[in-house]
Amino acid sequence: MSDQETKPAKKPKTPRQKMPEQNPIERAHNFYEVALGYDNDLALLEASRCLQCKKPSCMKGCPVEVDIPDFISLVKSGDLMGAAWKIKEKNTLPRIAGRVCPQESQCESKCVVGAKGKGEPCAIGRLERYVADYAALHDDGKRPELPKPTGLKVGVVGSGPAGLTLAGALIKKGVAVTVFEALHELGGVLVYGIPEFRLPKAIVRAEVDELIRMGVEFKTNWVVGRIETVDDMLEKRKFDGVFIGSGAGAPLFLRIPGENLNGVYSANEFLTRANLMKAYKFPETDTPVAKGRRVVVFGGGNVAMDSARTALRLGAQESTIVYRRTMEELPARTEEVHHAIEEGVKFQLLNSPTEIVGNETGWAVGVNVQMMKLGEPDASGRRRPVEIPGETAQIECDTVIVAIGNAANPLVPTSTKNLETNKWGNIVADLETGKTSRDRIWAGGDIVTGAATVILAMGAGRKAALSMLKTFGIS
Amino acid sequence: MFEILQKERLGPGVNRAVISAPDIARAHKPGQFIILRTHNDGERIPLTVADKDADKGTITLVWQEVGATTYYMGTMAVGEKFQDICGPLGKPTHLEKFGTVVGVGGGIGVAPLYPITKGMHDAGNQVISIIGARTEGLLIMTEDIKKVSDELIISTDDGSFGVHGFVTQVLQGLIDKGTKIDLVVAIGPVPMMKAVCGVTKKANLPTVVSLNPIMVDGTGMCGACRVEVAGKTMFGCVDGPEFDGLQVDFDLLMKRLAMYKGPELIALNNFRETPRGCKCSFPGGA
Repeated sequence: MSDQETKPAKKPKTPRQKMPEQNPIERAHNFYEVALGYDNDLALLEASRCLQCKKPSCMKGCPVEVDIPDFISLVKSGDLMGAAWKIKEKNTLPRIAGRVCPQESQCESKCVVGAKGKGEPCAIGRLERYVADYAALHDDGKRPELPKPTGLKVGVVGSGPAGLTLAGALIKKGVAVTVFEALHELGGVLVYGIPEFRLPKAIVRAEVDELIRMGVEFKTNWVVGRIETVDDMLEKRKFDGVFIGSGAGAPLFLRIPGENLNGVYSANEFLTRANLMKAYKFPETDTPVAKGRRVVVFGGGNVAMDSARTALRLGAQESTIVYRRTMEELPARTEEVHHAIEEGVKFQLLNSPTEIVGNETGWAVGVNVQMMKLGEPDASGRRRPVEIPGETAQIECDTVIVAIGNAANPLVPTSTKNLETNKWGNIVADLETGKTSRDRIWAGGDIVTGAATVILAMGAGRKAALSMLKTFGIS
Repeated sequence: MFEILQKERLGPGVNRAVISAPDIARAHKPGQFIILRTHNDGERIPLTVADKDADKGTITLVWQEVGATTYYMGTMAVGEKFQDICGPLGKPTHLEKFGTVVGVGGGIGVAPLYPITKGMHDAGNQVISIIGARTEGLLIMTEDIKKVSDELIISTDDGSFGVHGFVTQVLQGLIDKGTKIDLVVAIGPVPMMKAVCGVTKKANLPTVVSLNPIMVDGTGMCGACRVEVAGKTMFGCVDGPEFDGLQVDFDLLMKRLAMYKGPELIALNNFRETPRGCKCSFPGGA
């Protein structure tokens, strides 16, 4: 397909190409990936929809500023390896971003094709995923040459998306990087939080292996703040800089009666058991998880959707999201809500849990809820849920998953001398550079912003890497 | 890393191993624990460190075979390696000169009590240790404890060794005798710690207990280890493992510890079907 065929189209006639998916009824009972990805024909059709804008607004929507029109142009010309390298210039982890980025509120929300309700935006995320998967599948072993080591070295706390992105950006500039991870597996939230059916762990492993190949060192089972502090890393290990990307990682509970009953999980625990510890394979693996018959999930974000969908896959007959506002206000990605509905997740809206009821052996048997209605908008602009006096109900269940968010895990911030934190315990850092109140210490991702998205963490890692390079005098 | 350098059987189903873990040995303080995995599909289990040698780069673990993982560990031989050991985790024991400290250890709890006893002794306290077990054969580390105690009293439930009775009775005896006690540290099975706190509450003695809730990550990320202390929810892994025993809800802890009883049995039976878990090939195993 030549450029000429696609260029003149002012209003593309080709509709946005759907990505094939596993059948909802089947996939609700397995852990295989839900979305199957484009094939070459679909990718070319979709790429043809890109207008190759001179001033691409899509790039402004990308936290890591991927050269979107350029890579899509390479797709059009059939140079998929070239397209992959074009993406990798800015994004170290495209196979991951292509799967878990909320493109609809980022690059794709700025796409001219979809602007002003004229049509649907070009499916940039799906193309990114296709290109990155293609490159992994057809790996020719060729890599850009790495520069000579600069002699500088950086320590990274946490191997999640922020830390991995930063490691990739620095090693490419000749800075030695050692990443310290508390868990036994690398990837942080990408391996313990996001389910296999949204992000296969083999993909995370492959991206990590690529960093190892480039020379990044990893140390697992290493809890910074306990075995060693950030100050130790600077003073004893003589790192020229330390990046803290330790994640949010301290689950919030509602503080309602019954939350410590058996069968009540934080989403972090439920998902960690299912994902990292592979409890879905129990007893082939040793870690169990309660396989509830009737599961109730508190919360309306992506983590709540992941929990409800994981519960179905573990064999729950009923998996219900209990949320105190309406579908309109659900903070989860539209696509994830849609997937959850297709798979049979139920939604009990305008319900606010007030108590978890237990039996005499200490197991949860039900949830009491208060009925709500929407009132005036609050500070976040969303309409505040208000109680309808006297209207309550009980939902029968045997498993409760609390997915209402995470606070900052204090382990690293509090063990680092004079590191400024805000009233929620998040590290105070410049959002453009990642610089903290301490010299030679940078921070980014959820430990700074509070629970956010993978791509924002990647963006923070990238910005911090650039700031470090600038500080080190490397361009 | 994490290679077993020495291993011995302390009693029926009770093992001690010295393991190479230089980084952990260097950082570890009394009261802290580790989380280990024996192999790739293994679960993460917390164990309190029974001793360490920072110079030799070793830690000592003592465990009783109760589930799939601890039975698996029982079959591990010198030279074998653990897949993962993460630590030190948890807050260290608050060590200072309190005056007279009574350490109460029940069964396997004597192992984690040892470094604390040592630490309390080194901090200049008068240390009285009360060690108990169901029967003589289950008493462990008595010689180790003796070396770091000013007084050691041993009791067995069946009277096969030392005082015939429970550790709580020995402790009550000390209190009745008018012994001046400034702090009690109790580690052992939950019912034992609950009983000790029953005794110390009446005598109004500050009591520290070390709790062993179910954990996954051990860094405060998952909340599996929720315990209630003074009506407040705390995380055993980062807020503990030591808590004010007089304020702990032991009944809740017992219920939570039983959460996976069914699956734990399945996992154990499953392990026994494997070559490693089979009695015939590993006489020491089951």
